[in-house]
Amino acid sequence: MRLAARALVTLGAFVLQGLAALGGMALFAATALGRAVRPPWYPARLLEQMALVGWFSLPVVGLTALFTGAALAQQVFVGGSRFNAESTVPAITVIAVVRELGPVLAGLMVAGRVSSAMAAEIATMRVTEQLDALVTLRTDPFRYLIAPRLVAATLVLPLLVIVANAIGVLGGYLIATTRLGFNGATYLVTTARYLEWEDVRSSLVKAAVFGFILALAGCYNGFRSTGGAAGVGRATTNAVVVAFILILLANLVITVLVFGQ
Amino acid sequence: MTTPRLALRGLRKAFGRREVLAGVDLDVRAGESLVVIGASGTGKSVLLKCILGLLRPDSGSIRLDGEELVGLSGPRLEAARARIGMLFQGSALFDSLPVWRNVTFALTSGRSVRGREMKARAIAELARVGLAPEVADLRPAALSGGMQKRVALARAICARPDILFFDEPTTGLDPVMAGQIDRLIREQVSALGATALSITHDLESVRRVADRVAMLAGGRIVWEGPVGVLDCSGHPLVERFVRGRAGDSPVGAEAPA
Ligand SMILES: Nc1ncnc2c1ncn2[C@@H]1O[C@H](COP(=O)(O)OP(=O)(O)O)[C@@H](O)[C@H]1O
Ligand SMILES: [Mg+2]
Repeated sequence: MRLAARALVTLGAFVLQGLAALGGMALFAATALGRAVRPPWYPARLLEQMALVGWFSLPVVGLTALFTGAALAQQVFVGGSRFNAESTVPAITVIAVVRELGPVLAGLMVAGRVSSAMAAEIATMRVTEQLDALVTLRTDPFRYLIAPRLVAATLVLPLLVIVANAIGVLGGYLIATTRLGFNGATYLVTTARYLEWEDVRSSLVKAAVFGFILALAGCYNGFRSTGGAAGVGRATTNAVVVAFILILLANLVITVLVFGQ
Repeated sequence: MTTPRLALRGLRKAFGRREVLAGVDLDVRAGESLVVIGASGTGKSVLLKCILGLLRPDSGSIRLDGEELVGLSGPRLEAARARIGMLFQGSALFDSLPVWRNVTFALTSGRSVRGREMKARAIAELARVGLAPEVADLRPAALSGGMQKRVALARAICARPDILFFDEPTTGLDPVMAGQIDRLIREQVSALGATALSITHDLESVRRVADRVAMLAGGRIVWEGPVGVLDCSGHPLVERFVRGRAGDSPVGAEAPA
């Protein structure tokens, strides 16, 4: 009884902290976007971030999608063979990749790369007084640092996810045609027939939301870091953990509430 | 009496229960070089950050040519900041940008525009602090501490501010380099006709840079006077500082920063 009460208190405190952090992040995002609508704008910073978030994530996202798409096709084949439904491999693979695995895996992989990097860079700027220097040089850190990162990640993740989806389907195709005895042309035709516009839309919406979340988690944790080098480490860890949890939570919400009908 | 360029009255700032500034009163006159001395952790940097608007004082007033800075925001704060140049303790150069973009940062508010013109300007500014044109294309991380300080000084003066702040400009430099930085500061302050407020706990540096000296201890200015009378101040804390023990004795500080 005592123990249960204490556990409840701990859980309650955790939830409250989580809510406070969410509120802080929302406010932070609103500040950045609110200021970003008025100049000065920093197109060079935006392009730089788009390259960092998008282009340099291509290898890791591509490999993840390839391996997972291939493994998925194999599993669908095994599962399907238990009730003579092996022929569902192309349809189920494409739907699972486009609606779920493509965006989620790309979101998580990019969060691992980018949220941590953003948090570490901005936290280091805090520690070394570069953020203070920006202000004294009459440059708004929200416009100069935060907004380009949020916008870049939100724009670039959908592009990245289109690539991830295509490569994921390719992974399934490779396994299906080399090991599972599918005819290549038939596989592709079936894939195309079962893919609906709604699936793609869901994929892209998720990708944009995940991009925003992962950049926000990185920037927020970096920006408010305190306590020197140890603080930089904490900010980096928190950024990745928060990004992962929020991406998975947002995925659930979008899947069930927006595209669950 | 003319209005001082910068006038602080009753400035207070606490972090939690620890009161770092406990009512600072200080005037800086136009065109003078004032140096604030004090042991580590007495709140010298906090004082500068309050003036720069990076920290919000709990109470008190900061006037720049009579205009209240505390609580100021928007275009009037921007206008006040346009008159201010700051050299940070650790240089605080932007390591994602080449040196020349650092130097001209204030002129473009960080936008990547007018490249050719800005680079030429940066090279001219670097020459003022004794750095060769080749330095312009390097990244800050490729520079020694002394060169970083010079670049940071060039960045601080590039937009021709009329008030300059220096936070421990010589800390961490060897004596020769420290002397050079002090001379550069002095030169640039006279060349621009600027007013300067510096912070240091380096006695040599005080003698080279200051017209007037003020000592911060226990959250207040406990003594101020012309640099010439520093050696016969008659104040025990100042005497201790001059005898070279202030840096390692926690005068008025419960915990070092
Ligand atoms: N942002 C902050 N939050 C909490 N405490 C701070 C902060 N900035 C400074 N302090 C505390 O204020 C005191 C004075 O610091 P500082 O002004 O940096 O000293 P110094 O005179 O060496 O420049 C220190 O005890 C430091 O711990
Ligand atoms: Mg200091």
